[in-house]
This record gives sequence, structure tokens and C-alpha cells, in this order.
Amino acid sequence: MQKNQVAAGCDYVNFRIVVLMKPTPDPDKVRFDAEKGTIIREGVELIINPYDLPAIELAVQVKEKLGGEVIVISMAPPQGEEALRDAIARGADRAILLTDRRFAGADTLATSYALASAIRKLGNVNLVIGGEKSIDGDTAQVPGEVAEMLGLPHVSYVSRLIDIDYSRAIVESDLESEVVTYEAPLPCVLQVTLNVAKPRIPTIKGKLQARKAIVEKWSADALADIADINRFGIKGSPTMVYRVVIPKEKERKRIILDTEQGVKAVVDLLMKEGLL
Amino acid sequence: MSISLSKAGTGDNMDVETREGIMVIADIENGTLHRSTLELLGKARELADSRKTSVSVALAGNNVGELKQVLFEHGADRVYIMDCEELGTFDPATYKEAYISIIKEAKPEVILISATHRGRSIAPRIAAHLATGLTADCTDLYFDEKGNFIQVRPAYAGNIYAHILSRTKPAMSTVRPGVFKPIQRIPGRTGEAVVMPKTLCPRGALRTISKTHREIASITEAKVIITVGRGLRRKEDIELVKKLARIIGASVGATRPLVDMGWMPKENQVGYSGNIVKPRIYIGLGVSGSPMHVIGMKDSEIIVSVNKDPNAPIVNISDYAIIGDLYEFIEKLTKETERLKSKIS
Repeated sequence: MQKNQVAAGCDYVNFRIVVLMKPTPDPDKVRFDAEKGTIIREGVELIINPYDLPAIELAVQVKEKLGGEVIVISMAPPQGEEALRDAIARGADRAILLTDRRFAGADTLATSYALASAIRKLGNVNLVIGGEKSIDGDTAQVPGEVAEMLGLPHVSYVSRLIDIDYSRAIVESDLESEVVTYEAPLPCVLQVTLNVAKPRIPTIKGKLQARKAIVEKWSADALADIADINRFGIKGSPTMVYRVVIPKEKERKRIILDTEQGVKAVVDLLMKEGLL
Repeated sequence: MSISLSKAGTGDNMDVETREGIMVIADIENGTLHRSTLELLGKARELADSRKTSVSVALAGNNVGELKQVLFEHGADRVYIMDCEELGTFDPATYKEAYISIIKEAKPEVILISATHRGRSIAPRIAAHLATGLTADCTDLYFDEKGNFIQVRPAYAGNIYAHILSRTKPAMSTVRPGVFKPIQRIPGRTGEAVVMPKTLCPRGALRTISKTHREIASITEAKVIITVGRGLRRKEDIELVKKLARIIGASVGATRPLVDMGWMPKENQVGYSGNIVKPRIYIGLGVSGSPMHVIGMKDSEIIVSVNKDPNAPIVNISDYAIIGDLYEFIEKLTKETERLKSKIS
């Protein structure tokens, strides 16, 4: 009965989709410090983590099917705002930037806690979508931690959304040696791969909208009523960098060969590995 | 449909002081142990011996109890078995429940998890539940002089390694397959099996509709990767590379330009914005070696490059730099490896 009512469109405007997005340094503009072997972060603009683009696209596609709204949430320094504007240009309705010195220095646990707290603060969220991982941190931990903190089921490595309605999603999950099709009840968290959707190019109209849009900024205090602010940022981060080591680059043999010699050398290598 | 922050993650149910021992979470693939489990056991054994403590394994799944003997023979002192029909569905939340029951019983100081897609799905839930630190893709693990457990991982796409300490216990680490080595199997070695009561079997929200097995290995797990770059002239020519790869059991990677042109899927991209790979043998065909690409492959054990240009940057970081035509190289290597294979079989 209730489901029919929903399907008839009585309740659809309330369908809330949250996308977790990380503003990351633009990999195309990043420069490298050859001496230290690190990237130079200063002055590099923050863009949408490339792995989060399909997450935003999928959220917009779901909204196009079921109605409702797409809310993108990021935790970043203030310059993360531009990436959130880009998310609006790509079809998001609302953008929330968790930004506060007290969020700084967060590891994945503290990051997930802040994001989960923001979702809790929003309330009435039907679907949470996150990208597979971030291009800089590369941990792939946040969506799963957020799911656990919210007590929601989650499916990771979602490579295809087969079907979705107001009560459940049918998704394909890429578990390397097998592809599993799941039915997941909503609300749930989906951690999606690059294959899940092809991000659309922002339209002129979208870009204009994004320029005018307000990116909401939430401080730690904005979450204080529902969260323990001691679990944000560096205070709430159990892991810490103990020391940093610059390893010696491996010495390479640099043996120059012609094609004939090269084929022979590779055959020898493969035999040594037991592959021939 | 309202969402609340669950009690999970408050960590208040854990007794930090009495934690001891190294636990490995067994990664089960199609009812058998994934090779990474034995690799983690190898490292766990070494860590436990240095710390004069023991190694346990959390073995959860459906009909997995029999796998305990292999675990004992590869260094486990104790195996906690949670055998439940409900675990026939891979649901990260139910698996997490199962492991939490085991962790409460075993109270380990360190938990090692395979960085397979399964392990990477479960680990964050366990860490969030315990409100403990989780370090992804560790390349080394050790106890320092003070007894701190240190996890080493490459930092942000550079050649810098961060040594990371977890202020909470248990410290949790994921490790990619192929990083550590199993110990030599000790036939007949036994240990203690702790069977967890069925009453603790968790119930999950996910329902499996279907499963399809497949054979393609993730490029980051490949022992040999043949990576193609802009030296390749046509999209169709990738078939030549794939054929060669099949013969020698290699995975095919691509540089970013090829992925951007739609010649290869994104998941096969090697480089800073794609996959960081470190196979035993990397073979670059028509790859010039841009800094972006090099970051993704420089830790390969052996680097072979085939390039027309002797001044290409990749030549400098190659063990074997073959200066010549990549098509000729592919043709000759295909012929030679096919000949050798047919001789063996």
C-alpha cells in the first residue's frame, strides 16, 4: 500500500541521495619535486576526485528516474568549494562543504565520522553513493566506514546499477574473481567503480547555475548537536605518520638491446619466473 | 527511513590493555583460501615471533572449517571458525559481525586483512565498528624498539614512504596480494581450533540474486604486465598485445592517452591517475615514460621497455631497454613463446 503510494508519486520529491565527494589536486596540473620525489601541493587547484565523477553521475541518473534531490558533501579546506560548484554544474542540487580547522588532519576514520555526522544531520537520506577511492589517499575506506557508522548496509565495487525503486536497489558488484548481483534494501551505501556510469559534460546552463549556487559551509559546531566533536580531525584520528622515509630508487641495469637480443632476454626472464 | 549514528564506532566495548597476538582474516574465494591469506600468515608468523606472541586466523564463511589444517601448516597457532549458512552471501555487514564476534573472543593486538575487493569491503566496517586505525595497502609491517606496531605505505604518489603508527588497538592493516611471502608449509603442524557458536551467526540485509565467476585478474595483481603506450598505431593492434599476453600469462596495461582515446578501459590504466603496479616484470611497448606513468610502475621488479627512441625517458629506468620496432618485437616474441609452449605440452 505504502509502496504504491510512493510509486504513484506522492512522496517522490523527498527522495534524498547523498554523494560523498573528495576535492583532490588536479592530477594533470600537479607538478613534481624531483629532489624530494613528492608532488607540489601549493597552488594546485582542487577538482572533483576523478573516481567520484561516476558517483555523481549515477546519483543524477537515479534522481532523473525517481525524483528527489542530489546532495553532494565534501570535507575539505575552503578552496574545495570550486569542486562542489562543479558538482552542481553536473546535476547536483545542493552542495555542502564541511570546512573547519577542527576537521583538519583527519585520517579516514575521522573523515568518515564527519561525513556520517553530516548525513545524520541532514536526516531522511535514502541513498548514499561514494566513489571507489580517492586519487590521492587511495585507501577506498570512507564509504564502508560511513556505512558502518550509520548502521546501513553497503555494497562496494558496484559496477552497474541494474534497477532501483524507492525500497531497494539491484546492483552488480565486481569482486574480482566473481561478479555478484545483489538486492540491497534502501537506505544503503553504494561504493561505485568507474564503470558504473559515464560522467556527463556540464552544460552551459549547468555551469551558469553552479556559478550562482550557494555552497553551504558547515563548521564542526554545526554538527555538535549530533556528534562528538572530539572525534573530528586530528584528535579523532587514530593513525599518525611516525616518520617519513625516502627510499633509494632502485638501480636499474640499463642494458641496451636490439629486437633479437630483446626477445631472447624476455624469454629468459619469463622462464625464470616459470611462465614458459 | 531516518538514519541515526549507530553505537558502532564508539569503541567502548573494547578492552585495549589485554590485547595480544597477530590475527589474520582469512580471505575466502569460491570456497578456498585466496593466496594472500597464506602470504599474510607468513608475515604474521614473523611479527609474532619477533614479539614472542601467537598467530590466530579468523575463518568465517559457509563450509570453511576444513581449511583450518592448511592454516595451521602455514603458521597459524589458533583458528577461530565461524561457519554459517548466512555467510554464503558476501555481505560486508554480516561478515563484519562475524569477525567482531571473533575479535571480541581473541582480543588481538594487530589484524591483517588482504587488500582484495572483499577485504577492502570488510576492513573499513570492522575499523569503524571498533573505532580503530586502518592503514591501506601496507608494503611492510614491523614492531619498533619500543614495541610500537608500525605500518609502512607509500605516501601520495611519490617515492616517499610513510611509517604509520596506530594510537588505538587493534591496529588494522590491509596488504595487497603479492607483497609478503608464505612460510614453507610444515606438513602435519597443528594448532587449536576454536569453533564459534552458531547462535552468533549474523543475519544480513543484502540478498544475492546471482553470481558469475570470471578469470580476469586485476592488473595490480599481475606478475607480468605488458603496457602499451602511444607507440601503438591502431586500436585494433591491441589484439596483438592481448594474444601475446595470453601466451605468457600477462595482464595488459595502458598509458593514460590510450585510455583517454577509449582504446583500453580505465581499470587497465597504469600511472598516477590509474593503477600503481609493481609486477615481477613490466614490459612497456611504445611507452615513453612520462613522470605520471613512471610513478605508477617504477617499483616493478624488472623493467623492460621497447622503444624506437633511444632518448625516451623510460630507457633510463629500464633494466632492459630494447631499441627497435614494437611490432617486430611483438611478432618475434609471440612466435618464440608459442613455440616454447607447444614444445612443453
